[in-house]
Amino acid sequence: MESSAGLTGTADLKPPATNVGAIGWLKKNLFNSPFNSFLTLFILYCLYKTLPPFLQWTFLNSVWYTDGAQCKLAEGACWSVVSRNFRFILFGFYPYEQQWRPAVAIILLIGFLLYTRERRHWNRRLMIAWPIGLAVMGLLLYGGFFGLPMVETTKWSGIILTLLLSIFGLTAAYPLGVVLALGRQSKLPAIRTLSVIYIELIRGVPLISLLFMASVMFPLFLPEGITIDKIIRAQVAIILFTAAYIAEVVRGGLQAIARGQYEAAESLGLDYYLKMRLIILPQALKIVIPPTVSILISAFKDTSLVVIIGLFDLLKTTQVTLSNPEWTGFSAEAYLFISLIYFAGCFSMSNFSRRLENELRT
Amino acid sequence: MPVSDTESAIRTGTEEIPFWHDPTKRAIVYQVVALAVVFALGYYIFSNTQANLRRQSIATGFGFLEREAGFAIGESLISYSAANTYARALVVGVLNTLSVAFIGIVLTVLLGIVVGVARLSTNWLVSRLSGGYVEILQNIPVLLQLFFWYSIFHDTLPSPRQSLNPMPGLFFNNRGFYFPIPASHPAFWWAGAVLVAALLVTFVLRRWARRRQDLTGKRFPVWSVCVGLCLLLPLIAWAAGGAPTAMDVPQLQGFNFEGGISFSPEFAALLLGLVLYTSAFVAEIVRAGIQAISHGQTEAAMSLGLRANLVLTLIILPQALRVIIPPLTSQMLNLTKNSSLAVAIGYPDFVSVANTTINQTGQAIEGVVLIMVVYLFFSLVTSAFMNWYNKKKALVER
Repeated sequence: MESSAGLTGTADLKPPATNVGAIGWLKKNLFNSPFNSFLTLFILYCLYKTLPPFLQWTFLNSVWYTDGAQCKLAEGACWSVVSRNFRFILFGFYPYEQQWRPAVAIILLIGFLLYTRERRHWNRRLMIAWPIGLAVMGLLLYGGFFGLPMVETTKWSGIILTLLLSIFGLTAAYPLGVVLALGRQSKLPAIRTLSVIYIELIRGVPLISLLFMASVMFPLFLPEGITIDKIIRAQVAIILFTAAYIAEVVRGGLQAIARGQYEAAESLGLDYYLKMRLIILPQALKIVIPPTVSILISAFKDTSLVVIIGLFDLLKTTQVTLSNPEWTGFSAEAYLFISLIYFAGCFSMSNFSRRLENELRT
Repeated sequence: MPVSDTESAIRTGTEEIPFWHDPTKRAIVYQVVALAVVFALGYYIFSNTQANLRRQSIATGFGFLEREAGFAIGESLISYSAANTYARALVVGVLNTLSVAFIGIVLTVLLGIVVGVARLSTNWLVSRLSGGYVEILQNIPVLLQLFFWYSIFHDTLPSPRQSLNPMPGLFFNNRGFYFPIPASHPAFWWAGAVLVAALLVTFVLRRWARRRQDLTGKRFPVWSVCVGLCLLLPLIAWAAGGAPTAMDVPQLQGFNFEGGISFSPEFAALLLGLVLYTSAFVAEIVRAGIQAISHGQTEAAMSLGLRANLVLTLIILPQALRVIIPPLTSQMLNLTKNSSLAVAIGYPDFVSVANTTINQTGQAIEGVVLIMVVYLFFSLVTSAFMNWYNKKKALVER
């Protein structure tokens, strides 16, 4: 420090041009050290080498609505495989003229989800509206009233099946998971042991083994003459699988509640059921909302595994399209398209979970 | 006072309370009911299964393991042919699963650390790109990614005769990826033996250096000395053995390549898909672990006069690892479990072989039980090891 006069003089000076504006930003974020400058240049070079050919393949040289033969002549991507088979990929074997019904149901579902996104809309009415809404969607798909022809569940395929398996999977698994978590925290040794065995057993094996169990073993468990649809068997496997993971998440919430809360509830004379319902669970379940959304995301992604036991979900309808000789060889395009669908679903859910986490951090 | 009267009555047991108000008796009833329900359900399933098996005359028991399998397996670490038993086929499957899981875990952890650290980089481009990597790969089902890579390898790569040849000796085609390896020579065995010896010396040296530092405070450059030893000694052994440089280069013979080392497109797609998917999760774990260490720790370490690399190895990493290890364990287990998706793209892992076995013998129960037992075993062993490691690294509190 030389003199106070010098200091007051600098207050009027503008910062150097290299520290503000675009140049300042570049200097601060891309070229702030020799190593970073090297990294920036290296990445820019890689992007220069890969991005233009990719864009050319995706947009400039691509064909959008032709038949398969013309696609084979094109240099770029063949998006026709998606645009020509759009409705089969999405709705599968659902009768062609009736496909507006799943479309309406899905729009309804998205509307519900968007409305539920806002935390100020969360109230008792919404809690009642959800099951009613899901039932309406189910009835709309199933039909058999108001002149709507009935559509068997075996024909529900494509994105309908994917959404059905994941949403029903989570809704049915949630209560089961809460019960298992309470069981694991219980003071009764037999109930605790049963819960621990169930949770650890399920979490230790891959989902695919449960799906195999549902597809090949489950029919043997039932008495003679009773058969259950394969979709429902897969649904049961997904529910049993998801419940174990929810149980562990809820257990985390239960353990995070201070001991004083348990003791206070007991000192009020509440029995176990009232203590859990009025004091512990409302707090514990609130803490675990964000990790529960993560489980919903994995359940949504995991439904794609039903391909392996031969159910026609979104992934399988795409593969059926690709097995048509006209469209073989365009799997990259078709897979990119359904990746986009899965990505949109998962990304919006994980964004929602991140926002909730910030809001709930009190 | 009436209250104390009742209390004393209860205490002395003069007034009987009904058993449904007695928590200890109620607890017994609950547990007996729960156990009874579980056993009844189990018995119901068991008896139905027995009846169904008898009606459909399906054999039971693990006798089929001794029979001839009669199907070929594309890739195997041990010698196997269709004439071998089912038991050997299943062992081949287990070894394939283990090799995918092991290589996958190593690559995943390395890639995950790089991406996780890159996400925290001050370079805008680097952090944005790694953020995009994590978001995209996390949010697409792993099975879809496997199909995508497999279709790329299988559909877009040319046939063996028109193989891509990016470097001399390197061949990529839709049958696999072929790399040259050094032709076998005793010198390589000697070099390997010397490397093992060097690793042993490293281990001893590290313990000695730590004890010396505890006693005298003098540091010994263990890291650089040991890296030097592990590189130089095998090199000397190789040179002493005659410095063989002959390479075993893959050659096109008939319809396919012979020689060198090769990976099938199934293996490559499975490994690539699993590693990319899981590394996105590992990257998030690493980032969270590093961010969990407050900046004050770095500042305190620097004010003690530690150099940057010592700050990282002595202060930051030991604390970050404590946060990172538990979720990392579950990601390793996830990768192992997800390797069962190999069945969808035709890589002969354990589930795939077991599935073929189920289809051929019709013994679904035994097959599914085998799958579950093997994966449970993997899970329990991995979590036991990681728990031991975690305990070693855990904070020692007073």
